[in-house]
Formats: sequence, structure tokens, C-alpha cells
Amino acid sequence: MQKTIQAIIHATSHIILGKEQQVKLSLTCLLAGGHLLIEDLPGMGKTTLAHTLAQVLGLGFRRTQFTSDLLPADIIGVSVFDRNTSSFQFHAGPIFTNVLLADEINRATPKTQSALLEAMEEHQVTVDGNTHLLPQPFFVIATQNPKHHIGTFALPESQLDRFLMRITLGYPDAQSERALLKNQGGRANASSIQAVCDADGLLKLQQQVHQVHVSDALLDYLQALIQYTRTQTNEGLSPRAGLGLRQCAQAWALIDGRDFVTPEDVQAVLPSVVAHRLAQDGNSNIAKQILDQVAIT
Amino acid sequence: MNRLLTPQHLKWLLVSLAVVLGTHIPNLPLWVIMASISFGTWRYLLDRYQWAMPKIWALLPITLIICVGIIVTFKGFFGRDASLSLLVVMCSLKLLETKTLRDYMLVIVLAYFLVGNLFLFNQTIATFGLSIAPLILLTATLINISFKDAGKQRDIQFTLKLAAQLLLQAVPVMLILFVLFPRIPGPLWGLPQDANSGMTGLGDSLQFGNISNLTKNSAIAFRVQFKNAVPERNQLYWRGPVLWHQEDRSWTMSSSKIGLQPEIAKVSGNPIQYTMTLEPHNRLWMLMLDLPTLIPQDARLTHDYSVVANKPVRTRLRYDAISFSSYQLGLSLGERERLLSLQINEGENPKTVQLAESWQGLSAVDKINTALKRYREQPFVYTLKPPRLDDNPVDDFLFNTKRGFCEHYATSFVYLMRAAGVPARIVTGYQGGEYNPNGNYYIVRQSDAHAWAEVWLAERGWVRVDPTAAVSPERIENGISDALDETDELPLMARPDYPWLKKAYLNWDSVNNGWNQWVLGYDDKKQLDFLKKLSGKNLNLMHMLIGMVSIIAVIMGLTTYFLVKQQKAKLNPAQRIYAQYLKQLKRAGLTPNNGETVLHFAARAADALPHQQTLIMDIAQRYNIITYSASPKPLLLEKLAQLIKQFHVNKQQ
Repeated sequence: MQKTIQAIIHATSHIILGKEQQVKLSLTCLLAGGHLLIEDLPGMGKTTLAHTLAQVLGLGFRRTQFTSDLLPADIIGVSVFDRNTSSFQFHAGPIFTNVLLADEINRATPKTQSALLEAMEEHQVTVDGNTHLLPQPFFVIATQNPKHHIGTFALPESQLDRFLMRITLGYPDAQSERALLKNQGGRANASSIQAVCDADGLLKLQQQVHQVHVSDALLDYLQALIQYTRTQTNEGLSPRAGLGLRQCAQAWALIDGRDFVTPEDVQAVLPSVVAHRLAQDGNSNIAKQILDQVAIT
Repeated sequence: MNRLLTPQHLKWLLVSLAVVLGTHIPNLPLWVIMASISFGTWRYLLDRYQWAMPKIWALLPITLIICVGIIVTFKGFFGRDASLSLLVVMCSLKLLETKTLRDYMLVIVLAYFLVGNLFLFNQTIATFGLSIAPLILLTATLINISFKDAGKQRDIQFTLKLAAQLLLQAVPVMLILFVLFPRIPGPLWGLPQDANSGMTGLGDSLQFGNISNLTKNSAIAFRVQFKNAVPERNQLYWRGPVLWHQEDRSWTMSSSKIGLQPEIAKVSGNPIQYTMTLEPHNRLWMLMLDLPTLIPQDARLTHDYSVVANKPVRTRLRYDAISFSSYQLGLSLGERERLLSLQINEGENPKTVQLAESWQGLSAVDKINTALKRYREQPFVYTLKPPRLDDNPVDDFLFNTKRGFCEHYATSFVYLMRAAGVPARIVTGYQGGEYNPNGNYYIVRQSDAHAWAEVWLAERGWVRVDPTAAVSPERIENGISDALDETDELPLMARPDYPWLKKAYLNWDSVNNGWNQWVLGYDDKKQLDFLKKLSGKNLNLMHMLIGMVSIIAVIMGLTTYFLVKQQKAKLNPAQRIYAQYLKQLKRAGLTPNNGETVLHFAARAADALPHQQTLIMDIAQRYNIITYSASPKPLLLEKLAQLIKQFHVNKQQ
């Protein structure tokens, strides 16, 4: 099991150079069964990361470029009248896959965004009164440009909350940059990569995450963190966010090869889990503030 | 501290201030109460509807108006009542600029002070009881702002309970401070003049109606505890001011006391020893049983054998005294005294004078007996509601109305004696008393006030004659309630009906008496006596201070010790071992930050102490496993203990 995880990270890191931490976090998010939001400037490797992950995990992968004229039906699918059978036939949209890359999600209109987000929460779509289940596992990896870019619709808070994690990639370091320039990584090589896992393997790993032990001492710490956000900041973490934090910490511990969660795990995942939920008032240091203020029990 | 008030905080503050205001209602003028309530309501509405706080230029005129109001009501800023009113109204005005928790604290501290001010008005058990509720509320209000947890902020019952607990925990410290805090002789600070208004007691003159008015007052004049035998009830004459001088309807003490010879007393029989606890009455009289021989300190004997204090009695006085019931007083009567004790105004009360002159030839004793016989045989009535008397009051009373109270009998008798040529004077004071079996002492009330006569006989000196006893022997034998038909005029406590009420009252009074003796009466002398009994040594101020500070220090030290121990007991074994390890690291100047995890701290420590890097990381790993893994092996703990024992920080590192 541990081998699989290490292989996934190793393979992905071959493509996404010098971003092992981000690769680990993305995998954490997928292992915890949540959707991932990658926020960064264009050309930082967001799409590559999503694409690579899907490929390494051996999952079905679809990519949809979100634009302002994209309609919900373009993602979910449409019912088309079939003259032969004299009935409506549902033509599944790109959402029927394991990993949906919603590229530049904040370029779409709120209507389209919410159609996607509903599917994310329910793991099913309903068209013309018929409910269609999405394949298992199902992830959305959305990428978005920073809000201040022209032609974007900021995701509302309620929808941000549906993303378990938000990560940013940032510029590569000098060494990785040089390797990249030498054409030793990046998207060009992504298609050559071998899958080291498959959908069943991933579901098993997800099962494994639930087995990671969370001690009472750690629950105390988690509660203190959640309580701190509720009393000392304008908006507190929702119970869903609290659960998500626990699951991410468990997944992180699993990736680290442990069967119990330590405060280090919580601290490692906390910025990615809480920052997009709490930073509404522009306080970008909120995660650091929480971690510095709350004592470890 | 500069957090803003929440509506929850404000509600607590307003409610507790309202209760504090409630306890002070009898001490404040109506407009101050109304103003305070309206400021409080205003503040509530500001919060309720999110209106803007009033600006300083709006508050300034209000402050000015209040100051003028205080000056007009109390004729100035000084004195207890004016200061209290000012404090109350300013405290409630302060609410209108109370925004942050710092302001909130200020108002609470002021409110605590206001509760303390209750004791400037009186120091009874009831006041003490009254102060408890506001104290708990104020403490709860303080607790309320200390909670960061919104859920606990809302739990009223929990907060009140915690406040009561905190106050209870303060009781031992309070008791130690009470017993050991050095008492300064006399009051700690001078109470302003108006603090003594409203005290009742005997006046220094006697007019018709004086004493019968006093009789309607059930306030306690003094309490007496006899040390050995208790005299007969008809001997319980408590001597107060002696009145010599008659002017129209009023009797006063002699107009000029200069040159009057002190009377000499000869006593015989057994001494009566007793302890008096005199309630403050703002006059000089220190009442003593007839005839006093041992008088308390800070008091002196007047020439006519009443005892006066050197300054008005404004605090409760407790003193030991000795009296004798058989005595001879003033065997020789000086010429000035004779003139004074025979003084009546020419032309007044002709019928009385005529009657007295008709007794010419009789001896002095016979004159007295004839007069008393007249009171006894003619239809004289002892009543609280005597009719008004005309311009010759003694005539009108003796020959016409024949209805009167002790002052009528005493004055008419003395007048009659003086007209008949027998030197006589009026003595005022109290007669009788009520026995309280619960505390084995006597209660004497204002309603026991009395006036009687003393006549001077050659060879016997001044002899007490009580004409009231001739008219109404029950008054002297059984007390005032037996002597009157119209008992409804009397205060409730002097009435004979409701025996259970009486019993309850006597119980309550004995509690009160104990409070007076042991709590309020615990002055410098008592303190020294008590500590001497306790320690067997004479203690001085320094001893007391040192003792007080050290006992409190010991109590606080013990409390802290147990609290810390309790805290430690909550730690599990791994945490305890790890705490030792942290102590070691502290010597190298390494302490974990608030949000720093064990591993992160270990990494930092390993950087600082590279020689022990492996050990430090090992300890951290193992500690994490023990603390957070599902079922750590017991061996791990032992291994951790071993590793930590290996770990040493050299100071050089």
C-alpha cells in the first residue's frame, strides 16, 4: 500500500518538478475524497498537475475549459430526441468521468459554476427528472486564476466550502526551472507516463484513510483549532470544514506511512484546508495566525 | 481589554447596576433614581437599535445639570448623602460612554464601591444580607466578560454559581482580615454630620408630649446584661438627664451649672454589676441604673448624678457599670440648689399653689403622701392620648382633665412639691425592660422612656418618688403595655398580642445582639483582648500585620500548590516525563512556542544542540507515538523514560 503511494508521488514529481509538497497535498485531498482547487497564475502547471495525477492514478480524465459562454448542459450532458426510438436519449457530458479538470472555473458564469458544484456535492446529476450516478471515484480538480484577473466570476463562499483544499503552486525553484527548460519535465512528458494505480486501488486507499487512528489528545487539538476560528475570527469553520480537516490530516498521515495522526499532520494540511474558507476579509495570514495561537494539547 | 461590549455583556452590566441601585433606593432622592434609570434605559436602547453613542458635547450639559441638581438638593457636594447621589448618577451616566471592556470594568469597580457604601448608612445584619445579592451579581458580571466561549457567556445559572463559589472562597481571607487587620481606636474616618440624622432618644428638656411620642417608637435604646443578681423590675430606673428649671410648659436642665456643688452619695447593700450596650442617639446621655457608682471611661458624672459622655454618642457603646439600689444622695443641700429646686413662676397655676399652701404644717413626708394619695384616689387616668391643657397646665391637669402620661404626673407632682416648699426635681430616663431569655439580657426600648420625681428630705437626701406608680402601678410592675388600655397606639413590639411574633422577635434580637457585640463591637480593645486570649501574649500592631500577611500568604500558597498538583494529576505519564525533558531543554534556552508541535520543536532543538540531534528526534518520535497512536506498547513509555534520562544539557552548550 505504502509502495503505491510512494510510486504515485514519485511518478507525479517527475512531471511536476520541485513541487513535492503540492503533489503530496493534492494526493491528500484525493485520498480524503475531496475536490481540489488549484489557484495560481496562468502557465504555472496547474493543468499539468491535474492531468498527471489522473494519469498516474489510472483514472478516466476529461478536461473542460470554462468560458463565460459555457452552459450547464455543456458539462452535464443533454437529452436529445431519437427519431428511431421516439424517445429522448441522454448524451452524457464530460462530467461522467473519474477526474474532471475544470480549467479556469472562475471564467464561467455563476449558473454553470453552481451546476458543477451541485454534481460535486451529490455525486450524481439529474436531467429531465432522471438521475444519473457519476462513476466512482469522482473528483473535480478545478483551477482558477487569482480573482483580480479580468473576466472572472469569483466563486461564492458557499461554493468555495465544497472544495476540500485549495493549493497554489508558485514559481519553480532555480534547479527545477533549469530542468524544465532542458525539457526534462512538464506537460510534454505527461502523456508518456505509466499508471501505477487504478480506480479500485484508489478506493482501497480511501478506505485506508478512515482506518488512521485519531487519538483523543488530537481531537482536543482539532477542537481547539476550530473553536479558535469561531471566537477569534469573523467567520468560523463549519462542521463540514472541521470534518474535512480531520480527513486531510488522516490522509497526510497515511501518505507519511503512519497509522495515527499527529499535530504535525494537522499543521501540514491546515493552511490548504482553512485558508480559502476564512480569508474572506483579506487576511492572507489567517492560517499562520491560527497555528501560532492555538496551544497543542 | 479593549474588546467591544457585546449585547450580552451589556445586559449583565445593566442588571447588576439596577440591583445595586435598588439597594440604595432609601438613601437617594427620587430624581437621582429616575435619572439613573433613564440613563440605563438610554444605554440599552442605544444598543438595541444600534444608535450612535452620544457625543461628549451632549453629555457635558447633562453633567452640569446633575451637578447643579446635587448642589440644590444637598446644599453642596459634601457629606455622605450628596456624595452617594453624585456617585450613583455619575456611574449611570458613565454607561453612556461605555463602549469597551475597559469602561465596563471601571463601572463594575465603581458599583462594588457603591455596595460598600451601604454600610455608611447602617451596619445591621439586614444590610449585610442586602449586600450579598449585588456582590454575587457584580462578580458574575466580571466573570461574564472573562469568558471567551460564547456558550458559557450565555449560561446564566453557571455564571451565578461560579460567582457565589468565588465569593465563598474569599470568606476565609475575609475572616482573617477581620480578626487581624489592626483596628484604629475610634472610627476610621470621621462620618459627616448628616450621618447621624434620624437618631432618636431622650431630649434635654421635657414638654408635654415628649415622652408619649417617644413611646410610639420601638427602636432599641440599649441592652443590658446583668452579671449577678437582677434587681426587681420596679427598681429598674435608668437614670438620664435631671431637670431643674421650669419655664412655661417646658422643663430643662438648670440654667447655669456653674458653682453647683456635686452631690455626695453614700451607698450600701450589694453592688449591681452589669454591662450596657447603648445604641447611638447623638446626645451625651449615658444611661445607667439608679444610682451609678462606677462610670465608664470618656464620661463624667454631673453634679446631679447623671452620667454624660465627653462627646455625643454616635456609635454603639458598650461599657461595664456598677450601681447600688440602696443609697443616700446629697444629704446636704446648698443654698443655690435649694433655690433652684423650689423655683416656680409667680402667678401661674393658682389652684395648685393654693392646694399646696393648704398643707402648711404637715411634714415633708406627709406632704408627699398626701399628694400621692390624691393621685391614687381621684379618678386619674394613665393614657397615651391626653387632652390639650390650657394656660395653667398644672391646674388644668390636676383639677380638670386628670388624664395624662408619665410626664404629666412627674411635672405636676414636682410643681406641687415645690409649691408646698419641698425641694423637688424631675429625672428622665427609662423604666423597666424586656428580658430576652435567648441571650440572657434585657432590652430597653424608646417606648420604655419615663419621667419621675426626686424630692429632697432632710436626713435622707434626694429620694425617688414616682407619681406614675401611684396612678398606674402596672406601668412600673409590668411595663407599659399592661398599663394602657389603648395598646394599638403602641409599637407592635411593645404590644402584648401575637406572642409568637414576640418570640420570633426576641430570637432575632439575640442574633442582632451577638452581631453588635462580636462583629460591630470588635474594636481595638476587643481585638487585643481576643488575640491575647488566643496567643497568650500581648500583641502589638506589627505582630498583627505580620500575622495577617503570613497567614494569607500561607493560605494562598497552599491553594496554589493544590491547584498545580491537580493540574499535574491530569497529565498522563508520558506528558509528565516529557515535562521533565522540557525543563532540561529550558536550561539551554529552548522552550516550545504556543503552537509548536513536538516534532517541530525537536527539529529546532536539534539545530541548537547538534550533538544530541539523534536523541532529541528519537524522543520526539516516541513521544508522538505514545500520545497519538491507537495502542502504544507499554515498553515505549519505559524506553522514553530511559532516553530522557540519557538527555542532559550542559550549560556550555
